[in-house]
Amino acid sequence: MEYFVELLFSGLTRGAIYALIALGYTMVYGIIGLINFAHGDIYMIGAFTAYLVATVLSIYGFPLLAIIVLAGLAAAVWSSAYGYTIEKVAYKPLRQAPRLSPLISAIGMSIFLQNYVLLAQTSDFLPFPTLIPDWAFMEPIAHIISSTGITILIVTTVIMLLLTLLIKYTRIGKAMRATSQDKTMAMLVGINVNRVISVTFIIGSGLAAIGGLLIATHIGQINFYIGFIAGIKAFTAAVLGGIGSIPGAVLGSLILGLTEAFATGYISSDYEDVFAFSLLVLILIFKPSGILGKDETKKV
Amino acid sequence: MFSLKEIQRCLLLSLWFVFLTFPIMVIKVDPFERIVHWRWENILYVAVGSFFLSLIFRMLLRKTEGGGAKALGAVSLEKTALITRILETPKYRNTLIISVLAVGLVFPHIFSTYQTNIMITALMYVMLGLGLNIVVGLAGLLDLGFVAFYAVGAYSYALLHLHFDIGFWTALPIGGFLAAIFGIILGYPVLRLRGDYLAIVTLGFGEIIRLVLENWGEFSQGPSGISSIARPGFFGIELSLNSAIIYIYYLMIIAIIITIFVVNRLQDSRLGRAWIALREDEIACQAMGIDKRKTKLVAFSLGAFWAGIVGVVFAAKTTFINPASFTFLESAIILSIVVLGGMGSIVGVIVGAFILILLPEYLRALSEYRMLVFGAVMVLMMVFRPQGMIATIRKTYTIPKDDQD
Amino acid sequence: MKRKLGGKLMTVAAVATFALSLTVSGFAADTIKIGVAGAHSGDLASYGLPSVNAAKLVADKVNAEGGINGKQIELLVEDDVCKPEVATNTATKLVSSGADVVLGHICSGATKAAMPIYNNAGILVMSPSATNPALTKSGEYPNFFRTIAPDDAQAEVDVEFALNTLGYTKLAVIHDKGDYGKGFAEYAKKYLEESGKAEVVLFEGVTPGAVDYSAIVQKIKRSDAEAVIFGGYHPEASKIISMMRKKRLEADFISDDGVKDQTFIKVAGEDAEGAYASGPKDTTDNPLAIKAVQEHKETFDSDPGAFFQNAYAAMLAMVNAIKVADSTELDALKKALQTEKVNTPVGEIYFNEQGDAVGVGFSVYQVQDGKFVEM
Repeated sequence: MEYFVELLFSGLTRGAIYALIALGYTMVYGIIGLINFAHGDIYMIGAFTAYLVATVLSIYGFPLLAIIVLAGLAAAVWSSAYGYTIEKVAYKPLRQAPRLSPLISAIGMSIFLQNYVLLAQTSDFLPFPTLIPDWAFMEPIAHIISSTGITILIVTTVIMLLLTLLIKYTRIGKAMRATSQDKTMAMLVGINVNRVISVTFIIGSGLAAIGGLLIATHIGQINFYIGFIAGIKAFTAAVLGGIGSIPGAVLGSLILGLTEAFATGYISSDYEDVFAFSLLVLILIFKPSGILGKDETKKV
Repeated sequence: MFSLKEIQRCLLLSLWFVFLTFPIMVIKVDPFERIVHWRWENILYVAVGSFFLSLIFRMLLRKTEGGGAKALGAVSLEKTALITRILETPKYRNTLIISVLAVGLVFPHIFSTYQTNIMITALMYVMLGLGLNIVVGLAGLLDLGFVAFYAVGAYSYALLHLHFDIGFWTALPIGGFLAAIFGIILGYPVLRLRGDYLAIVTLGFGEIIRLVLENWGEFSQGPSGISSIARPGFFGIELSLNSAIIYIYYLMIIAIIITIFVVNRLQDSRLGRAWIALREDEIACQAMGIDKRKTKLVAFSLGAFWAGIVGVVFAAKTTFINPASFTFLESAIILSIVVLGGMGSIVGVIVGAFILILLPEYLRALSEYRMLVFGAVMVLMMVFRPQGMIATIRKTYTIPKDDQD
Repeated sequence: MKRKLGGKLMTVAAVATFALSLTVSGFAADTIKIGVAGAHSGDLASYGLPSVNAAKLVADKVNAEGGINGKQIELLVEDDVCKPEVATNTATKLVSSGADVVLGHICSGATKAAMPIYNNAGILVMSPSATNPALTKSGEYPNFFRTIAPDDAQAEVDVEFALNTLGYTKLAVIHDKGDYGKGFAEYAKKYLEESGKAEVVLFEGVTPGAVDYSAIVQKIKRSDAEAVIFGGYHPEASKIISMMRKKRLEADFISDDGVKDQTFIKVAGEDAEGAYASGPKDTTDNPLAIKAVQEHKETFDSDPGAFFQNAYAAMLAMVNAIKVADSTELDALKKALQTEKVNTPVGEIYFNEQGDAVGVGFSVYQVQDGKFVEM
């Protein structure tokens, strides 16, 4: 039983990590129907910015709390700026293009960003500073879940709730929903579609940055390639849950994380990814639009 | 040439890029010695670089954009028309084909082994691209795991050779058919998925194949791979490395000609028209009495068949394979070839393969900047030619309009 | 080996005339071209780029001292992304641009794919990092040499240490599913089972780059292993050991040469304390190794990365062989490599018939106070 609980929390942590990245994926997809392959790399840039700022501040002797706040802020600001710029450079000119063209542009962008960081920084793995210390009150359950792990779980939940509220109840949220349903119609009723898309990218990238900061703290190291692997998993999770749906992304991520943890724990970690992808195939066969995805009836 | 306002905008833009690249370009920390290197000089490079780049970008955009999105379509249409004209006029087309063929035939005798070698790689990707083009370009099924079938082909030859000492020529059809069977196995359950859901399932399938090859060591020798695979035999004569490369080169040329012929005939066949119809509108297609599942399955398995064939050639050419050659990035590159060249167009796929495969090779001169430039070129090509280098000829009689989904 | 300046000049002149008169043989060009092949971009770039730096440092130094027998070294740096199919292109490129010897490749898979091409051209290849045993032991690659111990030799040292020095009887063997890591782990498992003294309670691979390793750590904990033998590189090793300590699992951690890297200690920090890793003998005290690291710091403003010492050693060995043989012809170089001892950062080495370095003794190190201390 103890073992089961341990694996459960391993899975939840992993799932929450995927969710932080998957949320951005799903938002962008929901609005413009684009698989933004560069999203994982924006998360990597967020992690790098956080790393640089946090290390500089700690060298200059700032207190831990200030470091966390400033590093998080910097990561969010710069990741959003990257997200915004990437959209303007690589996706916006392709809005009228065939459906697959922005996808290729995104793959190119992903390759570009990885090599940009590789050249401007280093190919080595760098130690990410411990921003979340082990809290004393966590000690009795430290063997089950770490302080970082629990922080990630809480932050993911909070972000999911905030995003749902944002999309349900605010003006911009309403505009987002309208844009995702019908761009032309949204334009006709006076919604600035370009602005909505920009805001989506900014929010999605900002989330990726927060994810970058937390995940890098959890893993303890970063390099230029972390975005790619995490990105694919997060994308898988988003589709599993029903791409375009915010709770779907979180649910899909948790299911994926739990599957991997239990597959590792009870069967073998050799095939953890095989189990993850097989589960995806199985679920999609029976539920072709993902778990929480809307079944769209297509009209002729 | 540029108005003051434009220059002002470019200046603002370069300021934005200075801000954007500030942490990554300027700060470098040594976390162990606890030293911060402020590389202020990089600000200057970024500022000057992005200023001039944005000027150039603006100029190019002005050329293509003109009065907005509509002009963009018009300009590219005009450009396609030129290529289309060449391809549609038999006189020009034949001259073009003959001259390309002539260059192709004498190529290995003029250029070095290295050039021939990378040309073989490019030709292999042309074939892969043509295979995927059936699935993505014609039938409109987004496949992100195409590399799986390529792997099936390569491993079937490698394993058959390892255990039963089966030669290249016997393995060639076996590899192709095995890949086609895998295509059907995958295709059967998932083909009712639509669009991006299909994409992710195929991606997952590709990863599953790679992971099994990596982990099931007893079967595939795991990550250390299979070495000493025989090169294709030439009527039982042992060939030296150089002549073997030239031999494979000509084999590839023949294979490509056959592929082009087959794909070309397929396109105009009943089946090909069914694919295109399916791509355009599934429901209308069903209403017209086309067996949706069967048509899709045939597209899937045919595409897979070609990938399997190329896989066998790949194993024979490198003489060593391991799962590292069959990652998702490989699928992404093949897909990029199809889209970048122009979906559904055979000439487009050929051009796309040559650009994407030869570019990194010829960019070797840039050494570490190679992949950076490669990524940027991919983005720029899509931005400036969204419908691909060479759009399908079929497209000329569709009415260009802003399509919304 | 000091010669008079006059003599040196004479040799230079003689060699130069010789070179001018002959256009085809090994010394045809007026420079010695050394190819440097490996992953210089992509996910494995961090294992390939340090070798490039090592090659640059040695080449600059040799060139500043007048070159090899008067010939300047010219480096041809080519990327292979650690992929077999790219490696064959890289190899043909190097062969057709006239490389005399090659430092590389980095990954065993890429090396295996490239070797037939070099073999065909009669070019000597020396890898700083390709550890697959078949490369030297199968006899298929007569022109292949390396300055790193093969997987099986390392596994033997580690297993020996775990069983006899530490006296463990229950061990978990974990690897990173890679070429190098899994090879090492399989040998470790084999030796453990053959010894009859210990039980392998867990044998599993982890996915490199995964965002969380807590599940596998829980599994190790449940297996009651007294120690973990890990095959792979330092990024995964530091993630796993950190996670082990986070989950309050105190089992010992024993690993390979891919982990015996300062970065491992720096990244894992305090968690790395007490971990064991095998590696070439006495590199930390070796004056040449200290000097090499210092040169790297001065030139590139950073600490050297993985396989830097091995690449540095390989460069020195090749430069010396060319100097002694006074040719870049394969047989002459092989003879020189097999007979001449060279002082390198990994110790005083020469090569055996198969191409493995002799003298790269392996010993086990423990992390103590942020340093690898030889046991």
